[in-house]
Amino acid sequence: MNASLVKRTLAAVAAVGALATGMGAAQAEDVKAGFIYVGPIGDHGWSYRHDIGRQAIEAELGDAASTSYVESVPEGADAERVIRQMAQTGHNLIFTTSFGFMNPTEKVAKQFPNVKFEHATGYKRADNLSTYAARFYEGRYVAGVIAGKMTKSNIVGYVGSFPIPEVVRGINSFMLGAWSVNPDVQVKVVWANTWYDPGKEGDAAKALIDQGADIMVQHTDSPAPLQVAENRGVLGFGQASDMIKFAPKAQLTAIVDNWDKYYVSRAKAVMDGTWESQDTWGGIDSGMVELAPYTNMPDDVKALAEETEAKIASGEIHPFAGPIYDQAGELRIKEGEDATDEMLLGMDWYIKGIDAELPK
Amino acid sequence: MVRLEPRRQHSQAMVYLSPVLAILMTLVVGGIIFAFMGKNPFDALYTFFILPINNSYGISELFVKATPLVIIAVGLAMGFRANVWNIGAEGQLTMGAIFGGGLALYFHDSESVLLLPAMFVLGALGGAFWGAIPALLRTRFNANEILTSLMLTYVATLFLSFLVHGPWRNPEGFNFPESRPFPDAGLLPIIFEGSRVHLGTAVAVFVVIAGWLLLSKSVIGFQLRVVGKAPQAARHVGFRQKRMVWFTLLLGGALAGLAGLFEVSGPIGQLQPSISPGYGFTAIIVAFLGRLHPVGILFGGLIMALTYLGGELAQITLGLPNAVTGLFQGILLFFLLASDVLTKYRIRFGSIAAKGRTA
Repeated sequence: MNASLVKRTLAAVAAVGALATGMGAAQAEDVKAGFIYVGPIGDHGWSYRHDIGRQAIEAELGDAASTSYVESVPEGADAERVIRQMAQTGHNLIFTTSFGFMNPTEKVAKQFPNVKFEHATGYKRADNLSTYAARFYEGRYVAGVIAGKMTKSNIVGYVGSFPIPEVVRGINSFMLGAWSVNPDVQVKVVWANTWYDPGKEGDAAKALIDQGADIMVQHTDSPAPLQVAENRGVLGFGQASDMIKFAPKAQLTAIVDNWDKYYVSRAKAVMDGTWESQDTWGGIDSGMVELAPYTNMPDDVKALAEETEAKIASGEIHPFAGPIYDQAGELRIKEGEDATDEMLLGMDWYIKGIDAELPK
Repeated sequence: MVRLEPRRQHSQAMVYLSPVLAILMTLVVGGIIFAFMGKNPFDALYTFFILPINNSYGISELFVKATPLVIIAVGLAMGFRANVWNIGAEGQLTMGAIFGGGLALYFHDSESVLLLPAMFVLGALGGAFWGAIPALLRTRFNANEILTSLMLTYVATLFLSFLVHGPWRNPEGFNFPESRPFPDAGLLPIIFEGSRVHLGTAVAVFVVIAGWLLLSKSVIGFQLRVVGKAPQAARHVGFRQKRMVWFTLLLGGALAGLAGLFEVSGPIGQLQPSISPGYGFTAIIVAFLGRLHPVGILFGGLIMALTYLGGELAQITLGLPNAVTGLFQGILLFFLLASDVLTKYRIRFGSIAAKGRTA
């Protein structure tokens, strides 16, 4: 369906609605927001943080907003039905919070032009379909700086989920941060091939520590790698939510997803009738990426971390500031330039100096 | 002391009544659980079992969800009857999707009407190939097919993951792990306009009928039943056990492969790292829910599908956690197995010595 047709349809529907109720278009609309989670909500991690954002809508908007959710929706044939059920049961704002929901969200959005859709971490948009994501790599740069200061063995263990741009970008950013304070740091990466599997993630962490890693970084969702770090007496970083309760002696900080502000603002936009399709990619400055309190480190490292965080927020530091070469020695980002969003979004190469091979 | 004593004769009526009884008991216990969770049990049961199918779209989705379960379960039931325990249907499903889907990706510009039938064939072959490995290991080395078929599931899943992260990744997909969308010629036609009910659903019905005929009217069906129920008798009359192993694993694999192909060329439309929420495993429950009988499996598949749909709606409209779905499936299976046991055995109280008096 082309854009102008959708707009005309929307306008027609709005006009009919206004006539039928005898009210102007300025009348606030109640929000019924639906959320689709890829995992169980639990008490930590990716889906948990989205659910905190859902609760923020209810807390901030009170009676004008109601929300509901479906958890553990598989990224296959089922997603389309669940999204559609949401649209059919009167939800006017639907958040689909995993990359694998992209195509079904797009399909259902076409069938329900009056419902607003928001898809996290994808790249397909339409007049009633927005995308949003967070610049977690900014938080990973800060983590890299801390790791560079704290490591004694100069070996960092990194548990990756899948070699997709999001994760590769995180590894690169982390290492750029680490090298900015300690050029001798090396990283060892184990691909767990899962987003959530405490057993596998924990095994990967053990293997990395056995190879001499004294800092554990993870891009998977369970607290297992951090717990292993705690048990083995090394340090690490939490993922998605503050995981300090799982590793009070090991967690240095955690890269926390904070969707609260975004979700509330989008729900408000639906109420005010100002919702528009857009692409949001928020970093530390937007509040979408937060760093949990800095713990288990000396004051000077803490001060450096806080300074780095502030400089990224102000734009003084860009993690991917040129010159940056890839492993083949090719100049990818020129001196004096920063990586473009397009390059960041499709990043499938390691920066020069990483002693590992990216699975192809 | 409590013990189980086999019944000399078990009531034929109870064999068919027990699944119904199990479902009723599940409803009662489920209602009680809902009441404890602070929900009106009638509302909750209505949401769980009626609301999902009170409109034509809901019914069509029930068919979509049940299709792979029924196709796989019919194949598995053949094996289970002959004591061949294929636990790896999930892997065979994945290989079917890879083989058939791979063809669609190779001919991604194709408009040929032959593409889809060719994908069917390759999908079935892929699944059968993955079933052939445990068959070979069992017949040649006497390796337990429960273990080998299960372990091969993980191999298949990782192989799919490798393909969509690497060589088969969509070149226009920003490096995200998914294949190109299949060409239109490689997508299953929709049977009912406006729904997602696809050709695979019709095939599922055909599989049920064919499975029933095979089991009840054919020589090999007879052999399957005899090998399962009386292996020694089967050996005496010269039924070859090995042939049964091969037959059931190839057939079960082919059907699972076909089910996998239907998922990727139907509702999904491309290859991606996860293509099945464990249909291959759920189908094992469906096979037993349906009494290892194809027609029973049809109903079992529909009921199992309904619990998923109901679980989704219970979350949306009642705010119940997803775990309730699993709880329901567990209760259902528990009562089914319990009523099975009680159909075949009776409970006796008292010591073994008492047996002489009662018998």
